[in-house]
Amino acid sequence: MASNTDISEHQRSARRRLRIIAGHLQRSEQDGAAALSAQECKAETPRPSAAKGTAVPKRRQEIMKWNGWGYSDSRFLFNKKGQAEFTGRRYRLSGLILPSLKDWFEGTFGANLQHKTPATASLSVSAVPPPNLNELLVEELKAAGVALSSNPEDRVFRSHGHCLHEIFALREGRIGRIPDMVVWPSCHDDVVKIVELASKHNVCLIPYGGGTSVSSALECPPEETRSIVSIDTSQMNRILWIDEKNLTAHVEAGIIGQDLERQLNESGYCTGHEPDSMEFSTLGGWVATRASGMKKNIYGNIEDLVVHIKMATPRGVIEKSCQGPRMSTGPDIHHFILGSEGTLGVVTEVTMKIRPIPEYQKYGSIVFPNFQQGVACLREVAKQRCAPASIRLMDNEQFQFGHALKPQVSSIFTSFLDGLKKFYITKFKGFDPHHLCVATLLFEGDREKVLQHEKQVYDIAAKFGGLAAGEDNGQRGYMLTFVIAYLRDLGMDYYVIGESFETSVPWDRVLDLCRNVKERIVRECKDRGVQFPPLSTCRVTQTYDAGACVYFYFAFNYRGLSEPIHVYEQVEHAAREEILANGGSLSHHHGVGKLRKEWMRESVSSVGLGMLKAVKDYVDPNNIFGNRNLL
Amino acid sequence: MASKVLYSVRGPVPRKRDDFEDVLEERRKSSDLRYALKCYTPAVYRNLVPCKAGVLKTLVLQSEAVRYVIEQVAAETGETWEAVQDEASQVLEEMAHRQQLSTIRFFAFTLSKAFKALYRSVRVNEDGVQRLQQAIQEHPVVLLPSHRSYMDFLMMSYLLFTYDLALPVIAAGMDFMSMKFVGEMLRMSGAFFIRRSFGGDKLYWAVFSEYVKTMLRNGYAPLEFFLEGTRSRTAKSLTPKTGLLNIAMEPFFKGEVFDVNLVPVSISYERILEESLYARELLGVPKPKESTSGLLKARRILSEDFGTMHVYFGAPVSVRSLSQGHIGRSQYNLVPRHIPQRPAADTQAFVNDVAFHLVRLQEENMVLKPWALISTLLLQNPNGMELSTLIQQADWLRGLALSFGAFLDWPGEMVSKVISSSLAVHRNLVCVSGGRVRLLVPEVSGAECGAEEAEFNRAVSVLSCASYRNQALHIFVRPALLAVSMRSTESCRRDEIYNCFNILRNIFSNEFILCPGASVQDFEEACHLLVKCGALRELQQEVVMSSSGQTTLSFLCSLLEPFLQSYQVVCRYLCEDTQEDLPEKNFVPAVRNFALRLILAGSLSCYEALSSDLQKNALAALVRLNAVKQIKNSDQVILKINKTAVNSLEDTLGGKIPTQKPVLARL
Repeated sequence: MASNTDISEHQRSARRRLRIIAGHLQRSEQDGAAALSAQECKAETPRPSAAKGTAVPKRRQEIMKWNGWGYSDSRFLFNKKGQAEFTGRRYRLSGLILPSLKDWFEGTFGANLQHKTPATASLSVSAVPPPNLNELLVEELKAAGVALSSNPEDRVFRSHGHCLHEIFALREGRIGRIPDMVVWPSCHDDVVKIVELASKHNVCLIPYGGGTSVSSALECPPEETRSIVSIDTSQMNRILWIDEKNLTAHVEAGIIGQDLERQLNESGYCTGHEPDSMEFSTLGGWVATRASGMKKNIYGNIEDLVVHIKMATPRGVIEKSCQGPRMSTGPDIHHFILGSEGTLGVVTEVTMKIRPIPEYQKYGSIVFPNFQQGVACLREVAKQRCAPASIRLMDNEQFQFGHALKPQVSSIFTSFLDGLKKFYITKFKGFDPHHLCVATLLFEGDREKVLQHEKQVYDIAAKFGGLAAGEDNGQRGYMLTFVIAYLRDLGMDYYVIGESFETSVPWDRVLDLCRNVKERIVRECKDRGVQFPPLSTCRVTQTYDAGACVYFYFAFNYRGLSEPIHVYEQVEHAAREEILANGGSLSHHHGVGKLRKEWMRESVSSVGLGMLKAVKDYVDPNNIFGNRNLL
Repeated sequence: MASKVLYSVRGPVPRKRDDFEDVLEERRKSSDLRYALKCYTPAVYRNLVPCKAGVLKTLVLQSEAVRYVIEQVAAETGETWEAVQDEASQVLEEMAHRQQLSTIRFFAFTLSKAFKALYRSVRVNEDGVQRLQQAIQEHPVVLLPSHRSYMDFLMMSYLLFTYDLALPVIAAGMDFMSMKFVGEMLRMSGAFFIRRSFGGDKLYWAVFSEYVKTMLRNGYAPLEFFLEGTRSRTAKSLTPKTGLLNIAMEPFFKGEVFDVNLVPVSISYERILEESLYARELLGVPKPKESTSGLLKARRILSEDFGTMHVYFGAPVSVRSLSQGHIGRSQYNLVPRHIPQRPAADTQAFVNDVAFHLVRLQEENMVLKPWALISTLLLQNPNGMELSTLIQQADWLRGLALSFGAFLDWPGEMVSKVISSSLAVHRNLVCVSGGRVRLLVPEVSGAECGAEEAEFNRAVSVLSCASYRNQALHIFVRPALLAVSMRSTESCRRDEIYNCFNILRNIFSNEFILCPGASVQDFEEACHLLVKCGALRELQQEVVMSSSGQTTLSFLCSLLEPFLQSYQVVCRYLCEDTQEDLPEKNFVPAVRNFALRLILAGSLSCYEALSSDLQKNALAALVRLNAVKQIKNSDQVILKINKTAVNSLEDTLGGKIPTQKPVLARL
């Protein structure tokens, strides 16, 4: 048991872990004293205060961008010398110069540093429509002691996710329909109260967690005439208890990923759930969208991790009566909640599995002569069920993208080594630099087992012509996913817009789907007058027994287009059609939201859709949870 | 219906066509040997998976699709897996091509010599070649030439070699393979051989379709086959076969390739090598079996003049764009793709529509020679014409054809010159004596052979001539159907005329390329063309002949006359001459005898009624319209005739239109 290992070992591994998954985090003020509280949350007793040391404050505007991704202090820019650098001190890349990014950026997109498209500097309060408040509700909420605000900034921050069109509009200072009020429940009972009052006063509620949605799920339906109240769960962020005997933790659903991991780490545990958005996304959001973490091969996806869910709905609270690990009690009611995307209620508390922090972690990477060989290798790894915690295969374009993010090398020796490596792979092994692709790996577990496991995987790779390519390449691959959203903001400063999207697909169709979707994107861009070929790249980002998850990046230079967002949306739409035509799913983990709901019927059949609608009609007949996602 | 979007009514402006270059010009100036040995480095498909012809076979045998069927067949027949695999391997051995460059070079050399001897020029639209070159690099390409002569695929490979394009692999009928040596030569130049019929043979189908699909998916080489399935003996396009097209499109439907480019190629001949051979075949003289010695004997034709040949490479048609909105590719999501599935009804219909669409594209780009118009006129004047009248009418017809969008190769302005040059090329068919032009009928030697032989010879001439008229039929067929409908209905009401048009169109849909389900479009097109040439005026609910329209309309009616009459002859035979049941194999000879008797008796002057092609098409139409039933017995097919129905069809063809209620709301 983890609790039996000696403290220093414990702390060492905790630190390692911290460094690896979120080495960029701020130092927390208190040492290890997470505000664990097992006390009941009752409205009469003094309100529980939110856990301290959370990375995202109640007033998000204090540290986060209002019209871009992430922390205000962290952004890419081209400095006066034209070199790219990443500001701030939070990330591994922070403060570093990235010498090859400019050439890659200009070469890939045909962009030019002279052609800028700066964003509106600050939120103009006058552009924000006045709130349509339901006075009676406000009175009663105040009386119940629930924190609320109708401050324009608070409302704008909770009116969007991170879809391209949402951020693009904000950068231009355009504000559409936004919530009329924000409330911050501090515990389950608060939520129950809010839902009751909203039902009573017929007000629309939209749950808000980390705001990282990329499916238009947080957009307020413009046709909504009722007052819209955004329920920000960020203050419900405590780990209520940890059960070491059953290895579970009971956690309030508003906790964000990095806080959850950090706090559990302090007790020697982790959940192992690491979606790429984990810096900001919340436990409740994961449940509501059926999130997937990059290490799901060891820990499972969110549906494998949850043991118990509590959700407040207009009909009342839904939860199971015990925490049995599996039940045969009809259809699993958790599956009505998982992926409900805020249409049924607010997830308030979750019991989830925890694991002792792994003793050892190691990155790795493999170069393949081409994407086909890489996919064949991943398929074999999946077949033998020996996938590491994470295994991802980037195509050639993405490999080059990753390469462009290499920081300035400090010594001549390293650059000499790099040159040697390149020579070995391209000249000696005969890999074509325009076809080779890279798999990045992350192993976790006992040191010995990791090394053994590593050997097994590399042996399989060798059969497919793969060559081990070092830890560094691997680590940089993962970094890409954390900084990609920051990079998009950089692109938008220079006429480049883009987005990512994903799907899951059976193994035998992976190659065909990747090729066809990428080509469809290129073709559609051309047909719609995009001047320069787009960046259209993919990676196989998760492996399963019966298929894989594929993740696409798509971006283009929109100079010369009068309606870039419209073009972008048409291309993305076409790409999704292509995915579906090639046997891919509507979504692997981003969810449906409003962006993809037109395909729901096709995806789940009319009867399937009818079942979901019937549940919605029963649980929320007055459409209090009126974000209009999914159905 | 899918067809509605696939075909658009031809616009008022004739489509722009490319210019031609003569490929033989260069050949006449420089060494054929050097040309045959030239450096050949074609641009290839960008995602080409390079592999040798031998490796291809291994790929096919080891493919999941073939292994699946082998297992299935082994389980069904009780044979061992290995035995079935051997069988599959033999099938593949029999089928596969063994393309090699040296053979191609040999052909390049010999064909250069032959073409120069046969043709004045071989003219190719080089813009089309450019487009093809692009297309080959972009996506797998399927070449779909029209098929009028053995020359077609030799010419195709020859041209692709000349233009440094990737050499095609060609689906050929098994009958070629029986030619000693030549069969193997063709195989080495890229032909692969398929059985004419293999209905229920699962294994054969699996090996065959996987072989084709593997070549497509890997971008091995452009695939070439003939949509019409066989050479058209009548120079009319044949109803397309969809089997191979279906196979060729499947990799796209199943997402295995991003797109497939279909390239229709129109090959038109001023004079066809097989001219009289075809006519005799149509009259029941059996087709000589393909043999090497036969080929050698045929070499005397090298001394004859076959005029000019035109090859038009049409614009590549993207299967992806065609299927947009017609085919839900996700229907293939739920079954592993290597398991053979019968295509869904909508897919079948779609492929059929595409096939028709492509044949129409072939037709549109067929170059018409003046001779096609001249023979049309001569056939309408069986007793010959004054040369001056011919010249005058030919000029008029040229104008009409052009206004209908014909792709006419009219060399020079002087009509009389053009015509006499044309007559010269076809001096074996026509003669000019005393200022009159008439069909040449070989004299019967020995008077005792009698009238029968004389009529037979006459029929050979008429059918040979008809095959040139047929080259132009696709231009006129829709307006002609309209003209006949107007004559039959004797009405101006649009709905009544349409009704008749629709009935006739339905009867003749085995005869002409009339896209299924496109009746309204065809009608609109016919009206549009006739209004455009000034023969008709369209009022709101009426279509009225204009004062100057008489000539045009009666010309168009006469154009269809042989077809109307021939079908009537078939109907009459079925009503008058037979007992209830007729073995199908007796049908053609019996109708031929019946028609011959009518001709001898002087009550029929339409020699085309002797053509087995027309007879078979008429039968197919009767079967389709349920007037005749085919009943399969153990060893033969029996035709059961519904005399009432046949009778009423005959009346319809004779101009008595059944009164029918349904008036289409669409009109």
